[in-house]
Amino acid sequence: MWTATFLLVAFVLAIVVSATVSAVHPPSHIETIDPAVVRTESEFSRPGVIEDEHGITVVVLAELYRFAPETIRVPAGRPIRFRVTSPDVLHGFQIVGTNANVVVAPGYVSEVVTTFPEPGEYLIVCNEYCGLSHHLMQAKLVVESTP
Amino acid sequence: MIEGRRLVMANFWVAVVAFGLAAIMAVMQALARADAELAIRSTKIYYVSVTAHGVLMALVFTTFFIMALGYFSLGAALKRVDTTTWGWISFLVSLVGTILATLAILSGSSTVLYTFYPPLKAHPLFYVGATLLVVGSWIWCWVMIRTYLVWRSKNRDEAVPLAVHGMVVTVVIWILATAGLAVEVVGMLLPWSFGLVDKVDPIVARTFFWWFGHPLTYFWLVPAYVVWYTIIPEAIGGRLFSDRLTRVVFILFVLFSTPVGFHHQFSDPGITSGWKLLHTVTTYAILFPSFVTAFSVIASFEVAGRLKGATGLFDWIAVLPWKDPFFASVALAMVTFAIGGFGGAINAAYAMNTMVKNTSWIQGHFHLTVGTAVALTFMGFSYWMLPRLTGYPVRLRALALAQPYTWFVGMMLFSITSHITGIMGMPRRVYSAAFGGSEVAASWASLTVVSAIGGVVLFVSSALWLVVLIVSVLGEKRPERPAIEFARPLVPVSGSAGLWDRFGLWTAVAAVLILIAYAYPIAHLLALPRFASSAFQPF
Repeated sequence: MWTATFLLVAFVLAIVVSATVSAVHPPSHIETIDPAVVRTESEFSRPGVIEDEHGITVVVLAELYRFAPETIRVPAGRPIRFRVTSPDVLHGFQIVGTNANVVVAPGYVSEVVTTFPEPGEYLIVCNEYCGLSHHLMQAKLVVESTP
Repeated sequence: MIEGRRLVMANFWVAVVAFGLAAIMAVMQALARADAELAIRSTKIYYVSVTAHGVLMALVFTTFFIMALGYFSLGAALKRVDTTTWGWISFLVSLVGTILATLAILSGSSTVLYTFYPPLKAHPLFYVGATLLVVGSWIWCWVMIRTYLVWRSKNRDEAVPLAVHGMVVTVVIWILATAGLAVEVVGMLLPWSFGLVDKVDPIVARTFFWWFGHPLTYFWLVPAYVVWYTIIPEAIGGRLFSDRLTRVVFILFVLFSTPVGFHHQFSDPGITSGWKLLHTVTTYAILFPSFVTAFSVIASFEVAGRLKGATGLFDWIAVLPWKDPFFASVALAMVTFAIGGFGGAINAAYAMNTMVKNTSWIQGHFHLTVGTAVALTFMGFSYWMLPRLTGYPVRLRALALAQPYTWFVGMMLFSITSHITGIMGMPRRVYSAAFGGSEVAASWASLTVVSAIGGVVLFVSSALWLVVLIVSVLGEKRPERPAIEFARPLVPVSGSAGLWDRFGLWTAVAAVLILIAYAYPIAHLLALPRFASSAFQPF
């Protein structure tokens, strides 16, 4: 019993300390949007990479059965903010081999911020079952070296 | 002969049939993911079968088996089941529900997987069937509670037998869990599927689903623990390590099984990180009773080994009855559960979850926990229960003994490779893992083949279980049946009903914890400007 207690306290402390001190959090963005209009009247009608005074933002539309844009180009070594929503069902947005992995729900905007230290190509997949061609829903992320 | 024997067997056989159907679907899925050429292979069949496998294994097999175990535990320990009439009504309602939902799935109109997340919309019969299955189980809960209360009124000061304690806890967990499910299905999905409401909010629905979805796993696990604590020690000639400790473990499950659902929603938008962190802490709290169980059940094995004459540090392991299919099932289930438990600690880890969320790691994880710790325990228990209840001795002993070992080997091949491909990024629930010839997807390929081999071995093991059961009941009945004896604790119980038997009190505390964990976040979600979503049927 004491061993069990000790192990648990150690586990929980490790998580709570990293969450409060280093601000390591899972993606928990709170913002709602009308899924009926995302294709026509929102930033998601023009998905793509935007660079402005806030940094680099990638706007992604996840829909049956594709991601828009299909190829995303971002620079290495800089924080990238992905904003993703869906006009139809639940999807997943997972950049394979990285910690960018978020649930995409119609009516909500999901955000995940991450930095890719090295240039390279990554596969983006939908990891939440969305229908008959779920396994075909994919995109490509190209991380380019910065001069 | 025990009370309610027929009810035990009726529920048991429905569980067996559901298991057999689901096993056939499973092997096909494992082969599909490895891109094996099959005669019948299409995306439509694949996703239908994923839905059917999930519903039949995770909801139908488990629920019916647990209802059987409930009648068995109360019938054997209290010598009564009040009332068997309601028991039969429960059985029929659950059975009709199961048949409706299964037909809806097999017709191809309800391919929504067993999580049925809206806005994927199933045929209304799917929701009606699922509702009836749950309503049937509620009637079972009522029979359990009533039987316990009648016994309690006649035995005011006695401690409730431990197996009954565990089953009452199972009932309480189920009622608290299905309250969330009822809100989702009755309040949102049923009116929506019948066209009375146009839209549903997927995140609100998911929140109520996971209010149900995690305690559901303890609804599976606690009955397996009842077998581990109260039956296996006696069956192998050992003693229960501690009666009091077991009661504490069961009650901790009542308290902490429900307020943990957000660890399934770590990556969901619309829920703040603070509440996710709170649920992380309660999730780790629920690891505690499982850690204690690992310690104390193994201690009861050690006692059995020492009573057989072992004296050294580890030689008690060798003298345990490894050739008894019941013991082998439980022992291998426990080994598997230890691995699955550590994986679970990673899933529940606030930030680490993002590495494994919705990858094949998750399918590997729950095939170790519910798919082995629970299912293998239940299969092993059936070898022990069948002769005692019906008089049919287990025949084909060699096959019965091979069954748990093949299950273990198959599950290791399947689950360990699923964990590895998950970390490498392979998503779960995909018909094909090829991703259009992607380079990274090619790196998973050899592992999915190993995983498929594991699936085939598991299928062989499932077939062995079914063959042993069927051949056994086709044989001759024996008039003298082995006795049903529950494990005696190392230190005898004092005999009085203590604090840990006060189910009403603990249920009330659990309800308060649920309120703390859910009231504010749900109110917050409902207060957001919400747009909800129309229905989709992309299948």
